[in-house]
This record gives sequence, structure tokens and C-alpha cells, in this order.
Amino acid sequence: MELYQGPLDVKEIFNRWLEAERESNYGAFIPFVGIIRAEDNIEALSFDIYEPILESWFNSWVEKAKDRGAIIKMAHAIGDVPIHTTSYMSAVFSPKRRVALELIDEFVEDFKANAPIWKYDVVNGERIYAEDRSTPMSGSGILVKKENI
Amino acid sequence: MVKVEFLGPIGLEPIEIEADTLKDVSKALQDIKEVSSWLDKCAVAVNDVMSNDLSLKLKDGDRVSILPPVCGG
Repeated sequence: MELYQGPLDVKEIFNRWLEAERESNYGAFIPFVGIIRAEDNIEALSFDIYEPILESWFNSWVEKAKDRGAIIKMAHAIGDVPIHTTSYMSAVFSPKRRVALELIDEFVEDFKANAPIWKYDVVNGERIYAEDRSTPMSGSGILVKKENI
Repeated sequence: MVKVEFLGPIGLEPIEIEADTLKDVSKALQDIKEVSSWLDKCAVAVNDVMSNDLSLKLKDGDRVSILPPVCGG
């Protein structure tokens, strides 16, 4: 897992990942690249990350991938990422295409729901939490559930 | 004492409270106005491990993290 201040250098990361597995005999390489779109007058998106839990979340996916003969890589930006640049990359390598296609889908969806990363719109230099696009992590609400109190 | 930290957009400094279980943390946080409105959508970790168990015993020096809704990518 790689974390960077500001936007990702997509070509450098893509080439390095590909080169690292050049002779690993994987038949499928499926990357996902997340690009910041211009919408609602935003200048950028901005990200906070809680690294210790992100690391353990990612490591659990490395293990799941390994069980299926695949590997997973991921890179994410911290701080401001201007529109039309890249905040997130992930990729799956697997011997055959089916596992990689399924795994990248499952991985990116779980990433959206459970990776401890917080997103903000940057408008006129101000950071505004993207609450309406955010998802409570699994187990959320435990501190106020009536049956627990 | 356990340390409670509020991650991401909650935007509060960490606090230290007396708590023997996560249930005690729950009671303490519901009394803090700036925090209580976040709690129904927040997850909890103890020493960087996600937890779903309010009866989880805490010991002196434990760190409890409050994680609001996420959106990576």
C-alpha cells in the first residue's frame, strides 16, 4: 500500500506495478484509477486517512487475494487533489481474468464502504466534508443502539 | 483512564475519560453535545482494532477511536 501527499503520478505507479510483476506469470492485470471530476464548482477533493486501520483493512484483502491466487496493490492520496487528477489507484493481478475481474469489483466496493478515509470538497479554498456521499462503516451506531445501553 | 480520539471530520481534540468498558465510553460520549449527534453513524476501534462489542473490557491507557462515515477514492 502506498500513500502520497497530493495527486498520484499515475503513469509512474502503473509502470512500476506492471514491471514488478513482469515475470510473475499472471495472465490478467486489472487496474482501477479514480479521477477527480469537475462538478458543483469544486476545485479539488481533499482526503484524511487513518493509516493504522487502513493498513490492517488492506492487509486482510491481501490475504483474501492470496487465497484466490491473486495479488492486490493500492495507492491513495492524502490532502488536496485537484480536479482532473488522480486520488486513488488499485490493481489486481491473477493467473486468469475471472478472478481479477471479480476481485477488483469486490475490493473497490469494500474500499468505498470500509476504508478509513474521509473526503472533503474544496470550494473557494474551504474544505467541506462530503457527508452525503459517505458511508457508515460496518458496526456503526454501536455506541447508541438502545439494546446496548 | 482511556483516551478517546475523534477521526476525520468530527474535528475535536482527543479526550481522556474513566471507562471500564465500551459501554462506559458510550455513556460519556452521549453527554458531550458536539459528539452525540455523530454517534449513530460512527464505528468504533479499540487500539486500532474495529470493535462491535460494548461489553469489551478496557484497561488503563487504551485508545478508543471514533470513525465517522467514510468515502475513499
